[in-house]
Amino acid sequence: MSTTTVSNKISYSEAENQGALVAVKAHLIAAFLVFLLMMLAGATLRAAQGNMAPIGADVFYQFMTVHGAGMIGIAAIAGMAVLWYFLRQYVPLSTKIFWINFGIFLTGVVIILGSVFLGKYGGAWTFLYPLPGISMGAWSTGAAAAFLLGLLIIGTGFLILLLDFGRAILSSYGSFGRALGLPQLFGKEPLNPYHPATVVAGTMVLIVDFIGIAAGAVVLVMMLVNLYNPEFKPDPLLVKNLIYFFGHVIINVAIYSAVVAIYELLPRYTGRPYKTSKVFYAAWFAIVFMVMSVYPHHLYMDFPMPKWAMIGAQILSYGSGLPVMVVTGYGALMLVYRSGIRWNTSAKLLMLSIFGWAAGGIPAVVDSMVSFNRVLHNTMWVPGHFHFYLLLGVLPMIFGFTFYLLNGANGAQEEKPPLTERLGFYSFVGGALLFVGGFLASGASGIPRRWAVHLEEWVPYAQWSTLGAVLVIVGVLLFTLRVLTVLPKAPDPALAPAH
Amino acid sequence: MQSIASYITLLGTVLLIGVFYFVISNSKLQEEYSSFSKKWYSFRGKWFIFLIILGTALTLGTLIPFPIPSQAKVYSSDDYQQVDVSGHQWYWTMSTDTVVAGKPVEFRVIGADVNHGFGVYNEDLELVAQVQAMPDYTNKLIHTFDEPGKYRIFCLEYCGLAHHVMMSELKVEAAN
Ligand SMILES: [Cu+2]
Repeated sequence: MSTTTVSNKISYSEAENQGALVAVKAHLIAAFLVFLLMMLAGATLRAAQGNMAPIGADVFYQFMTVHGAGMIGIAAIAGMAVLWYFLRQYVPLSTKIFWINFGIFLTGVVIILGSVFLGKYGGAWTFLYPLPGISMGAWSTGAAAAFLLGLLIIGTGFLILLLDFGRAILSSYGSFGRALGLPQLFGKEPLNPYHPATVVAGTMVLIVDFIGIAAGAVVLVMMLVNLYNPEFKPDPLLVKNLIYFFGHVIINVAIYSAVVAIYELLPRYTGRPYKTSKVFYAAWFAIVFMVMSVYPHHLYMDFPMPKWAMIGAQILSYGSGLPVMVVTGYGALMLVYRSGIRWNTSAKLLMLSIFGWAAGGIPAVVDSMVSFNRVLHNTMWVPGHFHFYLLLGVLPMIFGFTFYLLNGANGAQEEKPPLTERLGFYSFVGGALLFVGGFLASGASGIPRRWAVHLEEWVPYAQWSTLGAVLVIVGVLLFTLRVLTVLPKAPDPALAPAH
Repeated sequence: MQSIASYITLLGTVLLIGVFYFVISNSKLQEEYSSFSKKWYSFRGKWFIFLIILGTALTLGTLIPFPIPSQAKVYSSDDYQQVDVSGHQWYWTMSTDTVVAGKPVEFRVIGADVNHGFGVYNEDLELVAQVQAMPDYTNKLIHTFDEPGKYRIFCLEYCGLAHHVMMSELKVEAAN
């Protein structure tokens, strides 16, 4: 079977494919609207720091909490939608369960919004123990509990979806090892260059996300018990470890699930196949472990952490940039080089996403070195680096996929992209670079993160960043207009003949 | 340190932009994939080895000596000036607000209620040292002030609604 030249694709009925397409579109439309709203909240935060938005500190920290939780959640669910769309072509996924997760997610979102805007919860999305329970009267125990419960509910939805991933992958490949290409990597089976990259990525996401969310559930339950039974006091350093493990995994998985858009779409646009290889399997196999073991780089300034954990985290943080970047980024550039690609909006966004992911990795790796972390930890450098690869990496992957659905596989390649798309693209890119540069420059100047009010010396940085944020929002607004007007009726491009 | 971080990031980003510009400007032309794929695949191997060597050098260069002070060690009051620091919602308490330059200071930092971040800033608002202030643990931060002056203490871990007003001052006097 491994010598076949075409990978086995699952065949669904016409109605099943239509149903799946509707579900994916619902995820994407929700994602665009939430991204836009969360960006407005984020821009307000920077404007407040630039003395341009008169909001009180309490509202600032509520916005900050919503912006963080909202962006993580929507990036996770939108990344999942990209992965789900392609993964179901290789393994039999259930559209019903995909919808169930979406429903549970929205329920959790409503509870979280209630905890923040009705209950005044402002303990940041990182809910660092014991802060949710000790607010000095700013929010009630009930509000903190609702926030934690909302996260727990969202996690449960993801676990259900991941169980379906597991069932489907096992039914097609027999074991997760085979799905990851391990028998081929270790020479037990002949190499099959048409073993789908999406299945490899999907299996990695399943394993890592499941463990990460399970750890998150444990810590959320511990904290909920503590809220109502203060006798039960978990070790603060242990809780911190669990929170950062969970938080690091969940946001990284958003990247590793959305990245399949590059594997699946660039070959269509360049007319060159993305073949899997031993190097590819090795990279993804390594990343399964690295994504889970690098999180102590969040805890360098917690000096009681064991020394080996810090050294390991620094080495692995650097290492975790290598496999997928040397494979995915490099491979993608090779696909594009002298390919005769037509630059439609989707192709442009995907190319941008590779740049953003790689470039955003540089300040991340710098910060993951203990010597630099000593003067960059919890400064604006941190939001600087993660906005770099989230805003310029993950979002363009999700957007690029959306424009693929919207314009059809080949459709818009024939003509120039519409003006709204071109304007949107350049406003987004220019704004994002300015915005991210503002953050990084702030961090290098020692400006602390998560401060509602800035010292006078720091105000200009916030003002430049606000300008960047506004340009980003203009770009996303233009994209959203296209999405709302064209996407609902767009036909499935998979049914169109390939390039 | 901060400016080195900025230069590395700026340089890396510019180099990447260069690579992307090169590939994009060479994207319209069509050429058979097999005519160059072998060459660039073998270059990838070299690139990978270069990154491994760079990583090894960075690891050794930045971890020896280990940049975080030993927590197990007992710092004697003969050699170290000692300051007990405690972070509260939303103020700092310090056993003294005056130290001298040139002799290492041991800050023994705790969080009295929630997590805080003890960040020391010089007169130019540059961050010179930091450590987390956490409940149930005493974190030992060792720092030697080279320059006398008025230093400021800011909170670097989000700790609730008045996080940004958690400021204090530390006087560093010239050694006599
Ligand atoms: Cu604070």
